[in-house]
Amino acid sequence: MMYEAPIREPLILGDKTNHQITEDVCRPIEGKANKYWWWAFGISVAMLLWWVLCVSITVGKGIGVWGLNNVVDWGWDITNFVWWVGIGHAGTLISAILLLFRQKWRLSINRAAEAMTIFAVICAASFLLTHTGRPWLDYILFPLPNQFGSLWVNFNSPLIWDTFAVSTYFSVSLVFWYTGLIPDFAVVRDRAKTKGYKRFYSLLSFGWVGSAKNWQRFEEVSLVLAGMSTPLVLSVHTIVSMDFATSIIPGWHTTIFPPYFVAGAIFSGFAMVQTLLIITRKVLGLEEYITTYHIDMMNRIILITGSIVGVAYITEFFIAWYSGVEYESYAFINRATGPYWWAYWSMMTCNVVTPQLFWFKKIRTSIMATFIISIFVNIGMWFERFVIIVTSLHRSYVPSEWGMYHPSWVEVGIFIGSLGLFFTCFLLFVRFFPVIAMSELKTITKVSGTKIRKEYKDMDEAHAHADAAHH
Amino acid sequence: MMSKMIFAIFSDEEVVLHQIPSLKSKGVRIKDVFSPFPIHGLDKALGLKRTRISICSFLYGMTGLSLAILMIWYMNISDWPMNIGGKPNYFFYKNVPAFVPVLFESTVLCAAHGMVITFYLRSKLLPGVTAFVPDARMTDDKIVMQVELKDENKEAEITALLINAGAEQVKEYGK
Repeated sequence: MMYEAPIREPLILGDKTNHQITEDVCRPIEGKANKYWWWAFGISVAMLLWWVLCVSITVGKGIGVWGLNNVVDWGWDITNFVWWVGIGHAGTLISAILLLFRQKWRLSINRAAEAMTIFAVICAASFLLTHTGRPWLDYILFPLPNQFGSLWVNFNSPLIWDTFAVSTYFSVSLVFWYTGLIPDFAVVRDRAKTKGYKRFYSLLSFGWVGSAKNWQRFEEVSLVLAGMSTPLVLSVHTIVSMDFATSIIPGWHTTIFPPYFVAGAIFSGFAMVQTLLIITRKVLGLEEYITTYHIDMMNRIILITGSIVGVAYITEFFIAWYSGVEYESYAFINRATGPYWWAYWSMMTCNVVTPQLFWFKKIRTSIMATFIISIFVNIGMWFERFVIIVTSLHRSYVPSEWGMYHPSWVEVGIFIGSLGLFFTCFLLFVRFFPVIAMSELKTITKVSGTKIRKEYKDMDEAHAHADAAHH
Repeated sequence: MMSKMIFAIFSDEEVVLHQIPSLKSKGVRIKDVFSPFPIHGLDKALGLKRTRISICSFLYGMTGLSLAILMIWYMNISDWPMNIGGKPNYFFYKNVPAFVPVLFESTVLCAAHGMVITFYLRSKLLPGVTAFVPDARMTDDKIVMQVELKDENKEAEITALLINAGAEQVKEYGK
């Protein structure tokens, strides 16, 4: 059996048995939703309807209803796309990279984080599809012959890379998540009291029984999927960054973009995981599973990636000056002191200064402080994308091309509505799906519960005493 | 004629792991073990072969890569070469840096989906499949060992062996 050093904090608090884990995780699915859930769901659905209205206006009238113009031809659409794709990264990172590194603290949080990934990528894709202006022709993005002849998609274009990257990422994350859910659906199926529930979860669980061969294959599949998803996580945001980096616009045309975007994505993704999980653990009463230790560990990742992002901002600025290219230097000075200075400094404050507070253990382990900082990071990362896109476009090489950009109410509506889409999906998820990967969590009850930790500690102390007496 | 099956229910995975070799040596025919979570070493104890699903995944990945190379070569080099921004477009090997992202994504796409589909089909996991559940607790916290009885007269003897090995209960399907 596995042994973990007693100096580590337990991953599950309380003296939990496997049956209790099942009870605790299934409770929200089997019981009735409380009024907080209904309130949150009601507000989210209202926002979702607003999204439907604003998207319908966009599709009906064209993207002329947005605030874009000849100068700034990417605005909130691509800002939101990159922001949402970035948020999606934490889920796959937690389930893939941390699985490969055998980080057991991922176990209570991976399921919810993966769900977040799926919903965030759906939101991102909606911006990708609507920003073309003629979404009914979006099939041209896929490698299909043009309907008028033999013209094919251009694989040199970063936009076709995006199509491949986002669709591969989305579909692979989806099967990774779903395959992991199957054993847990089987738990709910076998506990179901009513016929309807039984039928519903039978359908979802694909007839899973947990035989030795099934588990053997399941573990191999999880491991190989994790191995493949790891470079996939890094490739998606690298490719998104190349949408910018392969152009010759000052402020975009930089080689630092791929690692900088990936770090930023993980940074914003973890911030969103914190925001969601702090609420989820409270509402569903899962404080013993998603402990301050988990929150602490995620805060450390936020601190690291936040610092990488901070270094990237400063490096960008330095290289803009050091390159001696006046257009490049101007782009950066204009970001900090030009008409969009407020966006730049909001970004700097939220992304560079705030996460540094996590050096203090007291703040890192405080639920309230984490919640507030995570929201700051979410806002800061949105501003980062806004700053990169809008401030680089609004001052081009020739002053006659200079202009400003103001979002229209439809654009703002689509953004707020996309939050509604995201939260509606997430609330339905916590209501009908097991929020914690029970089957995986049950593998560590024997080594990481509070009781067993104490036993280990006593055992180690007894050994130490015996050794001391011996010498 | 199908031989009779009995099911022994255990609580502790370590007990199951340790007892399997001795039970096997005493002539208990263990058909399968159902558990709510993966038990490492169980496949070896039961004598299951190593799964080859990762090899499948590699082959699917290579197929995906080859198809992507063929697709890109045909569309952009052979059928309709386009001069966009002066990028070389008459030879695949010169243009290949621009194709790397698509080649990589196609490889992963085929490897991942091919492997998962194979996993579902080989494990007979599909929507609508009725689960074989000898005991509802086997997805919750119990480990269920399925034992085949060649000779039904030996039922009492094998039941006693299983109980001795630490089984909490031995029962027949549906009882």
